[in-house]
Amino acid sequence: MLNASLRELSRLLAEKKLSSEELTRYFLDRIERRNGELNAFITVDPERSLTQARRADARLREGRAGPLTGIPVAQKDIFCAQGWLTTCGSRMLSNFTAPYDAHVIERFDRAGAVILGKTNMDEFAMGSSNETSYAGPVRNPWDRRAVPGGSSGGSAAAVAARLAPAATGTDTGGSIRQPAALTGICGIKPTYGLVSRYGMIAFASSLDQGGPMAKSAEDLAPLLNVMVGFDPRDSTSLERPAEDYTRLLDQPLAGLRVGLPREYFAEGLAEDVARAVEAAVAELRRLGAEPVEVRLPNTRLSIPVYYVLAPAEASSNLARYDGVRYGYRTPEYRDLVDMYEKSRAEGFGAEVKRRILIGTYVLSHGYYDAYYLQAQKLRRIIARDFADAFQSCDLIVGPTAPATAFNLGEKSGDPVAMYLSDIYTIAVNLAGLPGLSIPVGFGADGRPVGLQIIGNYFSEARMLGAAHRYQQATDWHLRLPPGV
Amino acid sequence: MPSLDLQDVRRIAQLARIRIGDDEARTVREQLNGIFALIEEMGAVDTSGVTPMAHAQDVVQRLRDDAVSEADQRELFQSLAPQVEAGLYLVPKVIE
Repeated sequence: MLNASLRELSRLLAEKKLSSEELTRYFLDRIERRNGELNAFITVDPERSLTQARRADARLREGRAGPLTGIPVAQKDIFCAQGWLTTCGSRMLSNFTAPYDAHVIERFDRAGAVILGKTNMDEFAMGSSNETSYAGPVRNPWDRRAVPGGSSGGSAAAVAARLAPAATGTDTGGSIRQPAALTGICGIKPTYGLVSRYGMIAFASSLDQGGPMAKSAEDLAPLLNVMVGFDPRDSTSLERPAEDYTRLLDQPLAGLRVGLPREYFAEGLAEDVARAVEAAVAELRRLGAEPVEVRLPNTRLSIPVYYVLAPAEASSNLARYDGVRYGYRTPEYRDLVDMYEKSRAEGFGAEVKRRILIGTYVLSHGYYDAYYLQAQKLRRIIARDFADAFQSCDLIVGPTAPATAFNLGEKSGDPVAMYLSDIYTIAVNLAGLPGLSIPVGFGADGRPVGLQIIGNYFSEARMLGAAHRYQQATDWHLRLPPGV
Repeated sequence: MPSLDLQDVRRIAQLARIRIGDDEARTVREQLNGIFALIEEMGAVDTSGVTPMAHAQDVVQRLRDDAVSEADQRELFQSLAPQVEAGLYLVPKVIE
């Protein structure tokens, strides 16, 4: 059951060889035994999960089941789920029980999936190591000294340690792909606008996108089928005909042109990561793909552009936390402004405050054109680079992160070093493109290496197909961390 | 851009409604200057004639009818508030 695919689990449920209640108990029991050391979950509520599981079992008995009915899925604590504590990894929301469901939660509920718990994350999804969480850091199941990446580090660690068969994440600058890479699992950030942001606590609205995290590309496809869908409550949600993301899983790779961006294999990429990624490219070639070199000349600029746009949008989005209608309020205050300032100073952690301050500054009087507007223009230039690259290739592949997982505390005192670790993922968010990370080996330290597959807009099915062919020929995605 | 001094940091913090102590302001100043040094690289690129990009698909805002779409859930929502009375959110007195 530990390494079973979602399709296998679904078949066992359909054939009544396993009930959702049994399956849910199995994972709740694993969480109970292992979460103490990993800290992957912020909230576990066995009764609530088991009630859902019993409802799923009723559906299975009545023959009203779909591919995910009865499957337990860990939900990132950024998704509002009615009746569940939803903290977003922040003291500000440490007492917040969501009064409604996010669109993503509604979709999983309608599919009959079970909420297995709420996973740990960097505070308000701001971080690349899961060290900024108010609930404490998450540990990497492959090596307890290492970070799991972030911001969806709890979801990544939960899947890697097989505490959950699948999980959700959100990705603003790499927050699904980087933790997936650092923990040896798979994760996809869909084309911006495919997954509704309704009820997904906002960080940087023009970049935030939800997506699934799981053991294999094959497992990501049915999860994506559930998560993607038009929602009028999100003004950036795209209205498109429904797609079946499993439909290209078995398509051969023959003739597929995979672009290798010269800039992704340049200075700054660790040698052991480069070796694993090159071996994966060789495997794709053996399977029939044709590697071609492409250029993404403005890759380096994506970091400054991101660190203007994301904090600017964050400073605006997080203005809502004022200690009045919900969330943390300081116990003692003189007047209204004193209450705001103290509640926000005490409710937010250092990284969140830092980003609010950057955002406040770049949006302040006289600076808008030089920063926000310039960044939005560069954003278009970065998107054009990808469009040019896709003239000569079908998918772009490269490393997800420049190095394997770093140690806890290694970069937490140096924000700029932390930001630079997102060099290969950020541009994908800026362009609004889909990005996938799959495990392709290990570094010299025995920690996992991820391959990033970037597709053109709406090419998720093709990306998952390529990844699935690779995973049929290799077994990196089936390797288990020590002790699991 | 000239680097930020302590007074700038306090002013930004005040705009953001975040109380900041003197020691904290010094650390934050150093970190923000590091980050702004990174951001400055943007200025070197000529972007004249480039249209700013907000959404990759360049979607337009949808409009909807001006009609009530949500049910009244005041009690549920107010159960989350730090302080309420008679259906109102309580804050310190603003007008003398």
